[in-house]
Amino acid sequence: MSINWFKYASPASFYPLAGKSIPWFLVCAALLSLFGLYWGFFETPDVLTEQKEYYRIIFVHVPAAWLSMWLYIVLVAWAVIGLVFNTRLSYMLAAAIAPTGAMFTFLSLWTGAFWGKTSWGTWWDWDPRMTSQLILLFLYVGYMALQSAIDETRRADRASALLAIVGLVLIPIIFWSINCPDPNQCAALHQRSSLKTVEANILTAMLIMALAFWSYSFGVIFMRLRNLILERERNSKWIKPLVEETS
Amino acid sequence: MTLSEFFSMNGYGFYVWSSFGMTALLMLGELILVKKHNRTILKRLRRIIRLQAEQETSL
Repeated sequence: MSINWFKYASPASFYPLAGKSIPWFLVCAALLSLFGLYWGFFETPDVLTEQKEYYRIIFVHVPAAWLSMWLYIVLVAWAVIGLVFNTRLSYMLAAAIAPTGAMFTFLSLWTGAFWGKTSWGTWWDWDPRMTSQLILLFLYVGYMALQSAIDETRRADRASALLAIVGLVLIPIIFWSINCPDPNQCAALHQRSSLKTVEANILTAMLIMALAFWSYSFGVIFMRLRNLILERERNSKWIKPLVEETS
Repeated sequence: MTLSEFFSMNGYGFYVWSSFGMTALLMLGELILVKKHNRTILKRLRRIIRLQAEQETSL
């Protein structure tokens, strides 16, 4: 069976598809969150409950940080597809992703501050990873600001897509910012770590929360995408019956 | 473990609940804002369609 992918590249056919999938993503996100929180608070080993309770911040900190980076990569992917194929929907997807990505970036910094205060004794430090993550937040904000500063939609889409692509260089920097070759030269608070060294129950809760955040992102980004489609395609014929249907 | 023990988190309650609280607040807040925006857009589009229909009948 061959699927004509370009059929779904049209806003008119993607709009109802996204609408149908939103409740599923949001229900999945809610269930996974409950499960992840239960696991994170009640199924973790005793070593946590004795003194290092603040460690539980990891269950929102790490998923938020992962999502902030992944969403940026996905945003850039859609920006590139938009530039190559000149498809309206790709640009709309990129634009719909940005606010959620910015929110997760802010959350990673916020939860990181509360964790840092307890484990390192400071809310903020110019540690390489924190600094590059802060720049990622500015990139998201810059992308959104550029988009809204240009009145003509197509120009705004192309300009902000270029900005997003240039900013992609930041993602590997964030990723490898913990691999400081010489601790005397660059003191990094974020140390080299591997998923293999994380205790199994903590890892389970963390991964479930990451799945929950992914699912949430799909749901809320599709909601925002539908808003963008309604706003940008409001003069198309197919919008009219759809709007009347909702009244 | 009692309920108050759970919330105190061995003295780290402020840090733990500030992190989880902000996460819940922003995620739920984002959902509500996007939903609200959707209602505003639909309302505006309905008004535009109604105005267009009225113009057509008056011609």
